[in-house]
Amino acid sequence: MTKTILIKVTKIFCLFIPLSMGLSSCSNIKPWVKPYQRQNLADPLMDPAHNELASAYLEHVYEAREGARGATSSGGGGCGCN
Amino acid sequence: MAVTKLSIRSLLCLIFLGYCPLLMSAVLPDDKVETLYHSYSGGGVEVTGPSVLVRKKFLDDFSVSANYYVDMVSSASIDVVTSASAYSEERTQYLLGLDYLNNNSRFALNYVNSSESDYEANTASFKISQDFFSNLTNLAIGYSKGWDTVKKNGQSDFSKDANRQNFRVDLTQVITKDFFMVLAVEAVTDEGFLNNPYRSVRYLDPTVVLGYSYQPELYPNTRTSSAVSISGRYFLPYQAVIRSEYRWYQDTWGIDAQNIELGYIQPYNDRLTLETNLRYYNQNQADFYADLFPFQNAQNFLARDKELSAFHSISLGLGANYHFPIHRLGFDKGRLSLFYNYFKFNYKNFHDLRVVTTPGEEPLYQFDADVLRFTAVFLF
Repeated sequence: MTKTILIKVTKIFCLFIPLSMGLSSCSNIKPWVKPYQRQNLADPLMDPAHNELASAYLEHVYEAREGARGATSSGGGGCGCN
Repeated sequence: MAVTKLSIRSLLCLIFLGYCPLLMSAVLPDDKVETLYHSYSGGGVEVTGPSVLVRKKFLDDFSVSANYYVDMVSSASIDVVTSASAYSEERTQYLLGLDYLNNNSRFALNYVNSSESDYEANTASFKISQDFFSNLTNLAIGYSKGWDTVKKNGQSDFSKDANRQNFRVDLTQVITKDFFMVLAVEAVTDEGFLNNPYRSVRYLDPTVVLGYSYQPELYPNTRTSSAVSISGRYFLPYQAVIRSEYRWYQDTWGIDAQNIELGYIQPYNDRLTLETNLRYYNQNQADFYADLFPFQNAQNFLARDKELSAFHSISLGLGANYHFPIHRLGFDKGRLSLFYNYFKFNYKNFHDLRVVTTPGEEPLYQFDADVLRFTAVFLF
């Protein structure tokens, strides 16, 4: 069971890297949101880390009382729009 | 006595792979002083305490952070009142972090120590984040390793180790000028003493008046879990934001869980922002969980922790943020925030033993909880 889950997770991990590399290297796909169009993405309301301590504490409340753990949205990768 | 010990490990996992820093795009986090007062009340448990976080940039490309966090716990939970005695304790946690920015890459190192009378936890983590595709895509990869020592109050020679590793990948993609999504995958492996040294399971015993007796819990020495979540934020045309998240979870103890959340943020004016969220969570029970075992030592592994039972919960949150300018002590602006969350937990196979009746026919346990968070943030 453990081995099966680890294999699945490893496969998913391996898919991420070529996916991102592919996006960055594919010359046929141009960035569709220009830098001057990212005002809304950069708005503080769009920032998952806007209330850093408060968000982390609420995730702690969830994890302390639930069997599940990990992959919470507070760990997001950011939109890279700053 | 601490029935929340596993939660500490959970918090540490959270801190390292998600909490600090949260937004891993290729910019350093803002310089700030952030304070939090938190309060949890529900199921006979009261937890309050402060937290302070300071972030400061230096040498253009570096940022250092420090966090101090306290949990003051007073517990008379259902576990405690039915098989132990109420207790109070305090947990103190320190975090040190360093971020380094190099072009479109950001590196983060963190170390956390958490200490209380019967549990010591240390965790170190590393995370790298890279922007791609004209900054429309961000890939973040994180790893952390934890070393915990489990002790038992009143038994000085009791000392067990529990080690943990977390692997996490986040892929953030800008979809439109108003919308981005995050795909997160995280695997966690635990090895060592994973159960609570105080908690017991009950089994049918016709030789006693109650009809059941207790024996200590016994968990497997390993646990591996995987979780995948997809979340997103959408900027609405009238300056509001809607957010959502779905997470799927599975582990080697047999627990499957899902949660879904919707949130909405609405500015009221230039200074005041209001927000609300609704979250639903559901899980099945661990393979070795039972509310009532048929006899003593009925299985190789035994658990009666309600966090490992089948249950669902729902929570509703309300919050307000007030932004204001401040020009003292080098600060530029500030924010006061107040959040309230209501929780309802409904257990499907964990019975309320405060009611004395035929074993196994007690009412199912349920409880409400209230969570308050008050933060004051000062930005340089």
